Amino acid sequence: MGEDALEYGTPRRARIMDNIKVLIVDDSAVMRKIVERSLRQASINPAQVLEAGNGVEALAALQTAKVDLILCDINMPVMDGLEFIKQFSALKNGKGVPVVMITTEGSEAHVVEALAAGARGYIRKPFTPDQVKEHVLAVLTEKP
Amino acid sequence: MNFDRSATIAGTGRECWPSALQLAVEEVFELMLGSALEIPSEPLSSDGLDVTSMVGLAGQLCGVLSVCCSTKSANRIAARMLATDAVTCGPQVWDAMGEISNMVAGNFKNKITGLGDGCMLSVPTVISGGDYSLRSLINEQIRVMLLFEGEPLCVILEVHN
Repeated sequence: MGEDALEYGTPRRARIMDNIKVLIVDDSAVMRKIVERSLRQASINPAQVLEAGNGVEALAALQTAKVDLILCDINMPVMDGLEFIKQFSALKNGKGVPVVMITTEGSEAHVVEALAAGARGYIRKPFTPDQVKEHVLAVLTEKP
Repeated sequence: MNFDRSATIAGTGRECWPSALQLAVEEVFELMLGSALEIPSEPLSSDGLDVTSMVGLAGQLCGVLSVCCSTKSANRIAARMLATDAVTCGPQVWDAMGEISNMVAGNFKNKITGLGDGCMLSVPTVISGGDYSLRSLINEQIRVMLLFEGEPLCVILEVHN
């Protein structure tokens, strides 16, 4: 049993955290790096991290890649995060892939809209690695 | 430093806005850069603050939020956000400064009860250089001056309504 398993209690969680493939969708390249770093600081070490600058790029990436988790901004040019979730959720390969929103828009209306569109979690910027861990583990370990 | 991020500033009275703005700035730098801003012991000049990042606000609150600092500070902010030793002025710095103003504006409005739902943010705009004059139809200005790694950092909220 590795260090993660000791820290997070169960081998299943440790296995989940080390093997996942993540897509980070944000129009800011700096923010995409911060989100990836926060995952690693939270002891979540994805096997692969894909990046997209908006919803259209994300949908294109998901045509050829299968991911376990999507972390997505809301306010983006070309296609925003809410429209991306709606379109992705309607796709065959979109079923069961959790999407967590990471955004400055933290109002209740935005949260309700995101959850209604299919988001499974919501992280408000600025955030801590612990907050990322809490939300990501929650969606990765919950049963569909 | 610990922040209670779930707390909003009680009420919507504008007398709360300067403290809410300062807290919003401090939280962004603490959480995203791991940097504790300091309160200057004496008034600071805004001379030499030649990088300005602006975000527009529309809805219940109309206005512009600006974050101003020197080129040196902007490079350091980007370097800290990217966890690298040094970043030279360019797209990464503009991107980082845009995100800073976006997060400060979002964090500020989320602290004011009732403002989060009724106020939208524009995409950020970053200006390099200090030889310009900006005029907008403002009714009120809130200015917060802090120190980032010993250098002045000025955050201005210009309110239209």
